[in-house]
Amino acid sequence: MADIRNNFVGIKSPNPFWLASAPPTDKAYNVIRAFQAGWGGVVWKTLGEEGPPVVNVNGPRYGAIWGADRRLLGLNNIELITDRQLQLNLQEIKQVKKDWPDRALVASIMVPCVEESWKAILPAVEETECDGIELNFGCPHGMSERGMGAAVGQVPEYIEMVARWCKQYTRMPVIVKLTPNITDIRYPARAAKRGGADAVSLINTISSITSVNLDTFSPEPSIDGKGSHGGYCGPAVKPIALNMVAEIARDPETAGLPISGIGGVTTWRDAAEFIALGAGNVQVCTAAMTYGFKIVQEMIAGLENWMDEKGHRTLDDITGRATPNVTDWQYLNLNYVAKARINQDACIKCGRCHIACEDTSHQAITSSVNGVRHFEVMEDECVGCNLCVNVCPVENCISMVPLAAGELDQRTGRPVSPEYANWTTHPNNPMARQAAE
Amino acid sequence: MAIGLFRDGVQPGRLEPTRYADNFSDLHPPLDDHEALVEADRCYFCYDAPCMQACPTSIDIPMFIRQIATGNPLGSAKTIFDQNILGGMCARVCPTETLCEEACVRETAEGKPVQIGRLQRYATDEAMQQNKQFYQRAPGTGRKIAVVGAGPAGLAAAHRLAVKGHDVTIFEARPKSGGLNEYGIAAYKSTDNFAQAEVDYVTSVGGIEIKHGVALGSDVHLSQLAADFDAVFLGMGLGGVNALHADGEHADGVLDAVDFIAEIRQAQDLSTLPIGRRVVVIGGGMTAIDVAVQSKLLGAEDVTICYRRGQEDMNASEFEQDLATAKGVVIRHWLQPKRVLSEAGKVTGIELEYTTMVDGRLVGTGEKLELPADQVFKAIGQKFDASGLNGSGTALLLEQGRIKVDEEGRTSMSKVWAGGDCVVDAREDLTVSAVAAGRDAAESIHRSLTSNGRA
Repeated sequence: MADIRNNFVGIKSPNPFWLASAPPTDKAYNVIRAFQAGWGGVVWKTLGEEGPPVVNVNGPRYGAIWGADRRLLGLNNIELITDRQLQLNLQEIKQVKKDWPDRALVASIMVPCVEESWKAILPAVEETECDGIELNFGCPHGMSERGMGAAVGQVPEYIEMVARWCKQYTRMPVIVKLTPNITDIRYPARAAKRGGADAVSLINTISSITSVNLDTFSPEPSIDGKGSHGGYCGPAVKPIALNMVAEIARDPETAGLPISGIGGVTTWRDAAEFIALGAGNVQVCTAAMTYGFKIVQEMIAGLENWMDEKGHRTLDDITGRATPNVTDWQYLNLNYVAKARINQDACIKCGRCHIACEDTSHQAITSSVNGVRHFEVMEDECVGCNLCVNVCPVENCISMVPLAAGELDQRTGRPVSPEYANWTTHPNNPMARQAAE
Repeated sequence: MAIGLFRDGVQPGRLEPTRYADNFSDLHPPLDDHEALVEADRCYFCYDAPCMQACPTSIDIPMFIRQIATGNPLGSAKTIFDQNILGGMCARVCPTETLCEEACVRETAEGKPVQIGRLQRYATDEAMQQNKQFYQRAPGTGRKIAVVGAGPAGLAAAHRLAVKGHDVTIFEARPKSGGLNEYGIAAYKSTDNFAQAEVDYVTSVGGIEIKHGVALGSDVHLSQLAADFDAVFLGMGLGGVNALHADGEHADGVLDAVDFIAEIRQAQDLSTLPIGRRVVVIGGGMTAIDVAVQSKLLGAEDVTICYRRGQEDMNASEFEQDLATAKGVVIRHWLQPKRVLSEAGKVTGIELEYTTMVDGRLVGTGEKLELPADQVFKAIGQKFDASGLNGSGTALLLEQGRIKVDEEGRTSMSKVWAGGDCVVDAREDLTVSAVAAGRDAAESIHRSLTSNGRA
């Protein structure tokens, strides 16, 4: 039986599934329910400095986009950090940690970017005996306009500076939460490392407008006819998050820096993918907000089942296993040739592969053969682009089959080379030619 | 339990008065907004969609479903009406399980097709409830066209011709328009007087005058119509019913199923409609199912359909057969009628003979079966009644007992087109096929009356 106990920068939890700092971790009531459901840890909703708490809007805080059957694919929010008194949060954190010693409890913090503010709050948080702190440098709305959240996360120097203060004023592990609203995620990650952070967590939400009300011409969510960009999350952002996790994991400057993976984790499979790309654990929010806390049970059971099936004993066996396979485009093997093959027994003849290929790609799929509706790949036209696989409604009906070395590629009329060859040495590459000269 | 169920003979009011409304309510209730969106989301928007190919009127089904899914039900209705102006009725009565829904790739994939018929109803209902008219008549051409029969074929032809700017006069023998939509079709498929609402909706485009109680052959004559109008479209359906060829079939209580179905449709109060305690239906098509199920719903205790061939040969779709058996109708195969049994001129039962196939031919085995019956319904097919054509003075070629037409719906007589059940057509006798024929004949008429599309 796979052992999915997690040790993330010394913070132990029975499984790698944490709830991200967000509305689900707003107060003891929710967090206790989450722990009862089986969550391995939580990052408490972001604490602000002592004094009158922030206020939220009193209209809608969330917007969304949906897939078929109104399945929620992307959620955005304009909620701010906790709107409860700091002392109340600290009391509850202390009590919950005491009652649930085996679960991870990390406090998220966001205070102004001045040393005094951090110096003031850190001892108070440490006093709760929580397991660590996460610096919210990611929140893209509201707080960023006050010089906090993403406003800090977008300036690597600030990240480094605040991380350093935190390491100086607390013994707790420091996790820096990164904003994706930046052109190259490696810079803030490097800054966090330079500042002495124990880990980074990412991604925070992406600046977004989910939709526009076409009756009122207000962005959604609409507050009295106006809207503001909010933070986007949920299944739709997973690919963006995976890439950013991988970029940090494979960056020589940050290699080995622990990563808590966040962004659209909805199933055990998503979690396994983040971990394979280098995340030490994952944080979840939208899936819980969509389905409730119980979904963690599917995640736990699914991860264990997959690990058992594949013979992985612990999370260490899988962490970062996919990282070495992430490379730059120029190093991809241009001699690798794959062709789409349609399993005629599985084909339901919807024709979407044909029209996608015909209208928008390479005219490589038939619509009829001998006057009969029939969808078949013409290998002499197929460039192996995979679009047909992606638009096919039946899983595994179309597959990309690699040609063996020596096999004839009917499109080029040349046999498949057994050699690995990439763009850096390709004759069409002017840089390569220069090098050859 | 109402004791009326067990009264012998043919009696009205077998059920509790409140039961009738339940029994004859919508077979497939309309989808609400949520149901429609969920169902619309299931459509894959197939390329050259099989459902569309299976539709006799070639409605762009993936498009109208996508329009529902994207919150444009009126656009969806227009997509439907562009091809089939009687899309509302077809949504209710089409045997979708043998047409679009049978072809749906989700039928292939999961055995659960997208509910195309109910989605079509959703969109067309929305447009009709809003009385949204999508078509404006072209400037008047001054051309006059006679349409015989205000059934699906005639209405479809009239609408298309009116839109093109021609003036249409429909001659309808019955007191109401709609043809089989009004007088045929089981009541639970067309509730709330939908057929008349649809006629009003279709004719409100303008340029269509309907003359009721005017029958071809007695009140008007084809030769006269051809002389008075620029073109004539014949869409009078099938007026005759095939004979049983069983002894004693003229006994009291032996009825044409189509007449009884019409009676049900026209009844103001179903509890006043007499029905037998024991009913035998002879036939294997939709009419047989419609009369059998409705007999059961009126309170008949025993209803048996007897069909002379096997289950696989029945014209009624599997869905219809299942519907009948679910309602308590017994379907028996390989039985042909021999003799209607009667006492004092009234039906008491029917003698049937078992049949079998010998060398590809259906033959009686000689073995007999008697079923008691208070009523025997003949549902063994209708035939074209050519008597109305006799007055035309010009030979109108028939084929297999129906009017012969070419691929555009032209008859052998100049200026005369025909379509729907009264013509020989490879297509089945379906409402939707009649609509297609009427529509296409109208296009042909328009082409013949205009040059380069101009009047």
